[in-house]
Amino acid sequence: MTLNYMTGAEAVIQALVDNKVEVIFGYPGGAVLPLYDALFENKKIKHILVRHEQAAVHAAEGYARSTGKVGCVLVTSGPGATNAITGLTDALMDSVPVICLSGQVPTHLIGTDAFQEADTTGISRPCTKHNYLVKNADKLCETIHKSFEIASSGRPGPVLIDLPKDIQLTNVKYIKKPPKIKKHNHYYSNVDEDLINRVAKLLLQAERPIIYAGGGVVNSGPKASKLLTELVNLLDCPVTLTLMGLGCVPNTNKNFLGMLGMHGTYEANLAMHNCDFMLNVGARFDDRVTGRLNAFAPNSKKVHIDVDKSSINKVVSVDYGIVGDCKEILSLLVQEVKKLHNQKVLNSKTKWWSQINKWKERDSLGFKQIGNNIKPQQAIKSLYEKTIDFDTYITTEVGQHQMWAAQYFGFSKPNHWMTSGGLGTMGYGLPSSVGVQIAHPKSLVIDVSGEASFLMNMQELSTIVQYKLPIKIFILNNEWMGMVRQWQELNHGSRYSESYTSSLPDFVKLAESFGITGLRVDNIHNLEATIDEMINTNGPVIADIRVEKEENCFPMIPSGAAHNEMILSSDDNVKDTSNEGLALV
Amino acid sequence: MSVYQKNELEEEETSRTLSLIVDNQPGTLARVIGLFSGRGYNIESLNVTEIDKIRNLSRISLVTRGTSMTIEQIKSQLLRIVPVHIVRDLTLEGPFIKSELALVKLVVKGANRVEALRIAETFRARTLDVTLSSFVFELTGKPSKLDAFIDLMRSLGDTEVSRTGVSAISRGDKTETKLLDQI
Repeated sequence: MTLNYMTGAEAVIQALVDNKVEVIFGYPGGAVLPLYDALFENKKIKHILVRHEQAAVHAAEGYARSTGKVGCVLVTSGPGATNAITGLTDALMDSVPVICLSGQVPTHLIGTDAFQEADTTGISRPCTKHNYLVKNADKLCETIHKSFEIASSGRPGPVLIDLPKDIQLTNVKYIKKPPKIKKHNHYYSNVDEDLINRVAKLLLQAERPIIYAGGGVVNSGPKASKLLTELVNLLDCPVTLTLMGLGCVPNTNKNFLGMLGMHGTYEANLAMHNCDFMLNVGARFDDRVTGRLNAFAPNSKKVHIDVDKSSINKVVSVDYGIVGDCKEILSLLVQEVKKLHNQKVLNSKTKWWSQINKWKERDSLGFKQIGNNIKPQQAIKSLYEKTIDFDTYITTEVGQHQMWAAQYFGFSKPNHWMTSGGLGTMGYGLPSSVGVQIAHPKSLVIDVSGEASFLMNMQELSTIVQYKLPIKIFILNNEWMGMVRQWQELNHGSRYSESYTSSLPDFVKLAESFGITGLRVDNIHNLEATIDEMINTNGPVIADIRVEKEENCFPMIPSGAAHNEMILSSDDNVKDTSNEGLALV
Repeated sequence: MSVYQKNELEEEETSRTLSLIVDNQPGTLARVIGLFSGRGYNIESLNVTEIDKIRNLSRISLVTRGTSMTIEQIKSQLLRIVPVHIVRDLTLEGPFIKSELALVKLVVKGANRVEALRIAETFRARTLDVTLSSFVFELTGKPSKLDAFIDLMRSLGDTEVSRTGVSAISRGDKTETKLLDQI
């Protein structure tokens, strides 16, 4: 162990370097000045100055999700830390590894309501995986090394480290990251040969199996996605992905049924409803996915693979819960299936597939592009077709445009799709795209946005311009908070209370005021040319895509309904939402 | 019932005693309590004190109520908390002892004073403080015994009660020492 004396702030920066941090997203302030001083002229860590602390966390999330590394954030005390809370909650809900360093008033002033003091560890306790207030400079280095281990191991999540200013100024002995940090004893796995064997047998013997996979596969690394695809191909089994899992089986795979859940495809949801065996890999039976629980896949045996034991039997009881890392379990399952495959004939799925193909014929994602108005679905479809040859990363905000992007954009690889799934944070996409573009400077990064969500974090245009990030902002502009409007239409008698976005800026002029390119299109005949121009422009672009204003996002499982009660279009006979359904979000 | 809840015949809720070994550091108790309030679980009794000065560990004895699915969920959620090392479900894992201590002040004059002392003796309560108009009794035992004693005292005069909450430990030679050594 090498010992070295330096200030606390320098030790923090050195510890970040030790933990292979290359980029940190932050915003300076009084309580972090020593840290910023230590960053000054530091060659190993690049600091990206955001324009709001919430954006710093989202940018770190985008960075983390597109690389598999830990994202890093630096904010000041008080308002700096409270602004970061939405981002931290987002990272917790979507299991994104993030380290957030926050400044704090000096230890002797804690509890005195000092200037820019907030109980940061108290406020962030329920929205982080763990947090620390470092009151003893001797513990500083150890705390940071441990935080990286906590953030990235097991089910990843955000860790906040609150650093009082006097600790940043104290001289400390620098302690290097130990080669191995002892894992907390709850990271355990219950995988054994017998369990894997039983599950593999069930998979092979099932007549109507389905694999339903989620963000856990993406978090487990690219190898997990490869293994999942291999398993799907081996079994010739239908597979559906959650919003968070898109990309872990290529969209072009013939067994892929599309996304499932509230705005999932008809075939995916009906296959879930009618299956006799369900293998859940790294998904958590979220309410967007299950619909009404008492009618969820009623006649099926269920197996759930998750790294977090508390996810198993939380909302849906399963027959077997396998706790552990997806890629390890998938690798064992693939081996076992191959072994059993040689001994036994795989149960024929011809009948199951012909049934699924019948559901596919309903073409639940079909839409009619008539007239000159641009259908938002067409806008995404064209965007996909035009970018198919690029290494494209998509980030989104939250709402209709997010669902259309999930439905009509195809993802062939994991880690290329960044969206706020659990928390549903409007304003996530733009700052997230900053993090993605920083991590992948040569790739095409597109923020698919809605005009309302865009307004929530549009200050980040300034960041984009400062760092010359060639991000393409693709705004599906319908002048409504589209998803709110849709729910008001379906559930509240079309009384559109406060969901119209009036006083919108002229997005082209807005772009120009930042010195970047602004494009606008409102006619379907010019859509493709506009997309081409957007892609071919060097540097950032805001594309204001004026779409059909009152288009609804279908198919849809109405709130409180089951998978087999989905509606495919406004023309469907829509039952009034049940009273229980009205209470749901 | 919410449509997102399980529609199966809900199994009856039972009381469970959990025993936790946690790091004795600021915020640990807040994390445990925050988990219960944030996820809507019940705490019927909670008791926490340092038990190991060298390793800086505390034991939390906690009584909660729920269906077996809820209890499993509580235990898994508790184990996600970084400073929580061990979660024992004493009710599930076998025979255990639970005990509680109560301090009971009784303000009483006249003939009831003799009755109070007689009851205290029957319950084997210790008399810690006496004045001409009051007593303070100390009583340990099962919560139900304490309840009975306090009820009787209330019928004799004004009472004030301070209770520790249940403290629990498993019976027999099973210990957590091995597990603790790994911490």
